[in-house]
Amino acid sequence: MRGEGVKIQEVYSPYAIHGIDEMLGYKMSRLPMASFLFGLTGTILALTMLYSMMGFDWPMIIGGKNFAALPPFIPVTFELTVLLAAFGMVFTFFVASDLKPWARPRMYDTRITQDKFAVVVDLDANSKSKDEIDTMLRNAGASEVNAKNFN
Amino acid sequence: MHVTSQIREPLITGGKTMADVSEDLCRQVEGKPSKSWIVAFTVAVSVLTIGAISAGTLLWEGVGVWGLNKTVGWAWDITNFVWWVGIGHAGTLISAVLLLFRQKWRMSINRAAEAMTIFAVICAAMFPAFHMGRLWLGFYWALPLPNTFGSLWVNFNSPLLWDVFAISTYFSVSLVFWYIGLVPDFATIRDRAKNKVSKMIYGGLSLGWTGGAKDWSRYESVSLILAGLATPLVLSVHTIVSMDFATSVIPGWHTTIFPPYFVAGAIFSGFAMVLTLLLITRKVFHLEDYITIQHIELMNIIIIVTGSIVGIAYITEFFIAWYSGVPAEQYAFINRATGPYWWAYVSMMTANVVSPQVFWIKKIRTSIVATFILSIIVNIGMWFERFVIIVTSLHRDYVPSSWAMFYPTKHDVGMYLFSFGFFFTAYLLFSKFFPVVNIAEVKSILNTDGEKTTD
Repeated sequence: MRGEGVKIQEVYSPYAIHGIDEMLGYKMSRLPMASFLFGLTGTILALTMLYSMMGFDWPMIIGGKNFAALPPFIPVTFELTVLLAAFGMVFTFFVASDLKPWARPRMYDTRITQDKFAVVVDLDANSKSKDEIDTMLRNAGASEVNAKNFN
Repeated sequence: MHVTSQIREPLITGGKTMADVSEDLCRQVEGKPSKSWIVAFTVAVSVLTIGAISAGTLLWEGVGVWGLNKTVGWAWDITNFVWWVGIGHAGTLISAVLLLFRQKWRMSINRAAEAMTIFAVICAAMFPAFHMGRLWLGFYWALPLPNTFGSLWVNFNSPLLWDVFAISTYFSVSLVFWYIGLVPDFATIRDRAKNKVSKMIYGGLSLGWTGGAKDWSRYESVSLILAGLATPLVLSVHTIVSMDFATSVIPGWHTTIFPPYFVAGAIFSGFAMVLTLLLITRKVFHLEDYITIQHIELMNIIIIVTGSIVGIAYITEFFIAWYSGVPAEQYAFINRATGPYWWAYVSMMTANVVSPQVFWIKKIRTSIVATFILSIIVNIGMWFERFVIIVTSLHRDYVPSSWAMFYPTKHDVGMYLFSFGFFFTAYLLFSKFFPVVNIAEVKSILNTDGEKTTD
């Protein structure tokens, strides 16, 4: 359908379909980059906290070792890195997909989450007429074609 | 045309369509609780209440109500802590590690396994929290918060503190991973919901999920990255727990084999607990087509592998104790086998080294009864392993005049019952209100044989 110049608004499915992103021309998600940046913040935060607390603020000789030694700091640094990376990425995901507990989603069809797949085309954003798009969809094997109005 | 793959058996049997999947898995959530659920829930809450008496006594009277003494400063409390944390690791392994290895068979079992992880980690965290004595102070004194004691900071060089960070991070990340997976399933339940309250609650929980391709693409990204983060997290958490012992100087504890040994042991006992729970869940909820014999067999294979690693670790410990020539280390092992706790040692060896080896026989690893019995034996064995490590090494370490015995009191047992009661109550609540199998993922693996899965 995209080959014919129809702009598809979105494809809905009950589960993630591999390969659909290339077909729809979606760019790769930048969430992995977000998680890397959050993780980096975690590392810097942890190391700053540890070195300032154990190295400057209240240094103590523990076990006969240096005040602020890197090896014992690794576990806490690692944990804070993972914590911030995970939470940062998940919250970014919620913001990017507009997911929130008080959301009132526009469900095009409630059967999508059960077992139906839907291709949604916004007639206003397309130059082709409704009937042309109708025919294209039916030729591609659609089991139902519905036109709905949303404000 | 029906094409069946010759190489792989279908993961979901019974010719299910996607609508069947929704129906089978939402049925428990939407209907009234079954009789067996109510009975099980009553038992779990009773155990929780009995345990709560011990927990209350402990908070009121102090840690002296346990059987601990100067020589044996840790016994049931830390045994239970390590046991529960170990159990929790299987859930993350199934969700995260098997996702990274692209093992599709994880999809039917990962939801229940992750729920088990979350509840097990809460049970685990109870023990270090309670064993501090003044829980109402301890829970925040363990954190590096600015304070009025000259801003006295926590000891970042101590594994006991690393545990605080590790367990809290592990709990939070597991919770988030589990919840992200639940969002599309809550949307499925929301769209099927008949009454308004259900629709509102599950609607809120599903955060307005619509199932669009962009959202799925981000969801997959998030799952993959969380899996990638959770995998080293699992390994690090139990390594840090093992370092509570390994960084000490106690004979039998001060050995570098502990981190990999504990991690393998954790996976071993965790899978055993997953099997115990899933065998019951699949029977009661009639999910035999989703959690098939193939899944059970694969989990049993993991149990043989990790059980064997644990066995090899035991042998390594003996060898190094002998090879080191350190009398205290050598005595620690002789005492384990022949001293006053020899019976705990024998239980541990039989249950952990000998019994999982029967899974080499195909008939046994595909038998549900055998798997169920062995999963319980393995869990008991792993409890004894932690008990043996902790108590036998502490009760007779360097100076013979300090040697003492440890005997548990009813509050040691009571606190353990409290954790069991909590675990099973939480799991039963989960199985009633949330779908126990990941609906969306299972739908994606239905058509390995080319059958049409929609009408």
